[in-house]
Amino acid sequence: MYPDNLRYTKEHEWVSVKETTGTIGVTHFAQKELGDVVFVELPEVGRKIKSGDEFGTIESVKAVSEVYAPVSGEVLEVNKSLVDHPEIVNEDPYGRGWILKVRLDSPGEVASLMDAAAYQTFIAGQGH
Amino acid sequence: MVDFAGWDMPVQYRGVVEEHLAVRTHAGLFDVSHMGEVEIRGPKALEAVQRLTCNDASRLAPGQAQYTAFTTERGAFVDDVIVYCMSAGRYFICVNAANTAKDFAWVRSHLVAGAEAVDRSAEFAQIALQGPEAFAILRGIAEAEIENLKPFTFVEAPVAGIPSLIARTGYTGEDGFEMYCPSSKAAELWDTLLGVGAPFGLTPCGLAARDTLRLEACLMLYGNDIDETTTVLEAGLNFILKLDKGDFIGRETLARQKETGTPRRLVAFEMVERGIARHGYPVALDGKEAGHVTSGTFVPFLKKNVGMTYLPSPAAREGQEFDVMIRGKSTRARVVRSPHYKRQARATGGRA
Repeated sequence: MYPDNLRYTKEHEWVSVKETTGTIGVTHFAQKELGDVVFVELPEVGRKIKSGDEFGTIESVKAVSEVYAPVSGEVLEVNKSLVDHPEIVNEDPYGRGWILKVRLDSPGEVASLMDAAAYQTFIAGQGH
Repeated sequence: MVDFAGWDMPVQYRGVVEEHLAVRTHAGLFDVSHMGEVEIRGPKALEAVQRLTCNDASRLAPGQAQYTAFTTERGAFVDDVIVYCMSAGRYFICVNAANTAKDFAWVRSHLVAGAEAVDRSAEFAQIALQGPEAFAILRGIAEAEIENLKPFTFVEAPVAGIPSLIARTGYTGEDGFEMYCPSSKAAELWDTLLGVGAPFGLTPCGLAARDTLRLEACLMLYGNDIDETTTVLEAGLNFILKLDKGDFIGRETLARQKETGTPRRLVAFEMVERGIARHGYPVALDGKEAGHVTSGTFVPFLKKNVGMTYLPSPAAREGQEFDVMIRGKSTRARVVRSPHYKRQARATGGRA
């Protein structure tokens, strides 16, 4: 449910880092809380995002949820398959359901995010 | 579970999309016990109902029901309700949960001599069985000839031994039944129906699917699409307005409005550009704010982003384009014919 190689935020995003590229998505917990995802609004490639900034929107049938950048960087690529198939976020949140890739301003920034164990403790504390 | 007018209500069981599609293709089961029930009885019960509502209750024979509204002096909605004619002096009225106390107070303060009102909400549970398989599921356990039940008729008969009022009504745009039973028997009725319905693909459904289904079928939600500021004619519910039936609360205003036309009208719309309209989002016509979205969502069967809103009457016509402000961004929408979804006639239980 919460892979060890990812880092997590309190807003339920995950990030994986490979050299200077960070891949960002939302967690299993987030997709489950949202329910059936029917719309994903993606940022433009080239946009600079700062950690903590809202960069997109995920909507399920009943709820609108903002997505926040876990790290700072420049958007390299967005997952266009989510435009027509937003349900992939539910089906495979850590794989095909990734949302965007950024060139990291500082790859060390992820160290300040939660690891899988800390995130699981965090969501357990949210009463779920 | 969420709190809804003081009731703990399930938002979803298996997921809103799966539940919505189950109702369109097989059947869904809804616990709508939160709905209120007010009974008006006495030798002058009909006169009381006629004064309180805008539809013509005198057309109802015992066993018949009708969609109607309690109207204000201004022709707006105290509530939209279903009136069931039990017998000449007894009318059973199903009201919206959030309005039960308000409605009961309203009814009592506008009663005529010779009629009394009783709030029976606590006595009854209501379970709705909806979808193309609803008839097949119910026929084996209802102790009545339900194939003879036409839309908006009902019969009092046991279902699996549980005393019930079985009405061929619903809030999904599908064929189906709404069953009222004693509150103490609700869980038993629910479990029995789920068991009998399982081979037919019956799925328990929550409030979320109830909302997407009714919106796909363009059925009104009180508090969103209609309220004490919107008139019956503005909402386009002309078919429940019977101005020639005699006097009722709001008749004068509505007769005048019918003559002069309404300044605005409720329309159904589809998003043209990408985006989901939601309740409360502003609506702009030619760049000027013109109102707000009364209901909006993604509807899983049609797979479209749809909604309803009031537009100035000259613009309330099919094909008219306008903008919905989605997070500050103008997003194009277009007025379409209501309803978004209309079920195809199917050969179920002797009905067209």
